[in-house]
Amino acid sequence: MIKAVPKPLEEVLDLVKDFTKVLIVGCDGCVTVCEAGGSKEAKVLASALRLYFTQAGKQAQIDETSLTRQCEKEYLAQLSDKMDAYDAVVSLACGCGVQYMAEMYNNKIIYPGVDTCFLGVNEERGLYAERCQACGRCILAETGGVCPIARCSKRMLNGPCGGSDQGKCEISKDVPCGWELIYERLKTLGQLDRFEKPVDPKDWTTSRDGGPRTIVREDLRI
Amino acid sequence: MSVTTPSKLQKMIASGNFAVTSEVGPPRSADGAVIEHKGNLIKDYVDAINVTDNQTSVCRVCSLACCIRLKLMGLEPCLQMVTRDRNCIALQSDILGAASFGIHNILCLTGDHQHFGDHPKCANVFDLDSIQLIQTVKMMRDEGKLLGGHEFAVRPQMFIGAAANPFAGPNVAMRVSRLAKKVAAGVQFIQTQCIYNLDKFKEFMKLMVDRGLHEKVAILAGITPMKNVGMAKYMQKRVPGMDVPDDIIRRIGGVPKEKQAEEGITLAVEQIQELKEVEGVRGFHIMAIEWEEKVQEIVERGGLYPRPQLA
Ligand code: SF4
Ligand code: SF4
Repeated sequence: MIKAVPKPLEEVLDLVKDFTKVLIVGCDGCVTVCEAGGSKEAKVLASALRLYFTQAGKQAQIDETSLTRQCEKEYLAQLSDKMDAYDAVVSLACGCGVQYMAEMYNNKIIYPGVDTCFLGVNEERGLYAERCQACGRCILAETGGVCPIARCSKRMLNGPCGGSDQGKCEISKDVPCGWELIYERLKTLGQLDRFEKPVDPKDWTTSRDGGPRTIVREDLRI
Repeated sequence: MSVTTPSKLQKMIASGNFAVTSEVGPPRSADGAVIEHKGNLIKDYVDAINVTDNQTSVCRVCSLACCIRLKLMGLEPCLQMVTRDRNCIALQSDILGAASFGIHNILCLTGDHQHFGDHPKCANVFDLDSIQLIQTVKMMRDEGKLLGGHEFAVRPQMFIGAAANPFAGPNVAMRVSRLAKKVAAGVQFIQTQCIYNLDKFKEFMKLMVDRGLHEKVAILAGITPMKNVGMAKYMQKRVPGMDVPDDIIRRIGGVPKEKQAEEGITLAVEQIQELKEVEGVRGFHIMAIEWEEKVQEIVERGGLYPRPQLA
């Protein structure tokens, strides 16, 4: 799932301090799971903003709501009656949700309330880790199910580099070396022969290098 | 190993003599005289001079410009090239540029992550990795072809090198496997990581010899003299993938401060003597980091001087 963290309160305050009617919109999708931008976080942020405005002696109306998903028009449309009542909206969805809301409500100021970070897993509550960079052509079948693009700091396809040290990446003792993980997994699977075969340069056109990406599924389009 | 390129380094290796290479680090300014000075310091003691490519991710004069300068001085440069900063268009373009000046040695590296350097906030590229760079240079040389498919007539005559670190994780056997992969990609010579743990290096070389890999690639053993005990400790603790045994720290630290540099040189010389006896070692790569003036002494005392003059 997409992982995000709430933006620091000061940053959000700075964005909205000059408005008097602000709507906070949570998203019940990914950002709820990582507790960055769900309905609960929308409530917390709204209370914090109310407190700020009260203490600053300013009159302001801060409301909050949450949508099932902000990356779908049907759910965003549920805001259509409310939007006119606000000067600005803070969306707590991932970057996709924020943008999609801005597309639909073209004349409204829409601010992001979270920093969208990566595609990852919940290792523990409050501990999320990246696993995929959506390269558009998955090679996990060749790498023992461990992604070298997301988990090697140099996205090497023929690692590990000479900086891997006791299972850790050269960039930090807190980062596991993705290639050591690949090596160990291939060993477990009895596929170490893969390891000695050079992997050709990757075609990056399906990744961000190919420009903004679109999926057209003719089989699904009516 | 036969001579297949105009590289003088390849010729030296093929002659059966121990080859000697060293490296110079370009300056962090536009001062071209630095490389000229460093090149002159070591030129009579080595067969080829590596120029590092923004090493440890610190921005410096580019390796290509310095290699051209050395070439114009009549010396034998080895172009170090990392894949961190340039995509395959820029890499291949630089390889063609180097070859157009008669540069015949290249060292293919992935490069340190930029996190270590003076621009930790920059983007990185890593379009290719070191092994894919080896494949690319080989294709350009042997097939006259670019990765994009364009075919051309005047090919870069490169003697292809890479690095190997026998001491990095997870174990020596995997490090041999990865080197086997570099050989499969087309590497012809290897300059190793600085060697301080000789037992581990010998274990690595034994596995290489058992697989016959030492016949397919020339191993130049990496030697870096310690300047003082502080450097030894720093390397042990802070440089990932570096293996500095405690007895080295004790030895350098065991002599008075003003004698530590001398002890470091003596240690390097002893390492060379010992490594000469290790099967598969074809020469030495002396990395005297910002201490190029000591290369002469190490080469002389290591019994590697005078350098054989090959026709
Ligand atoms: S190979 Fe590509 S799609 Fe597969 S996990 Fe890695 S980044 Fe994601
Ligand atoms: S240490 Fe491992 S994860 Fe880090 S850059 Fe090297 S190969 Fe990649």
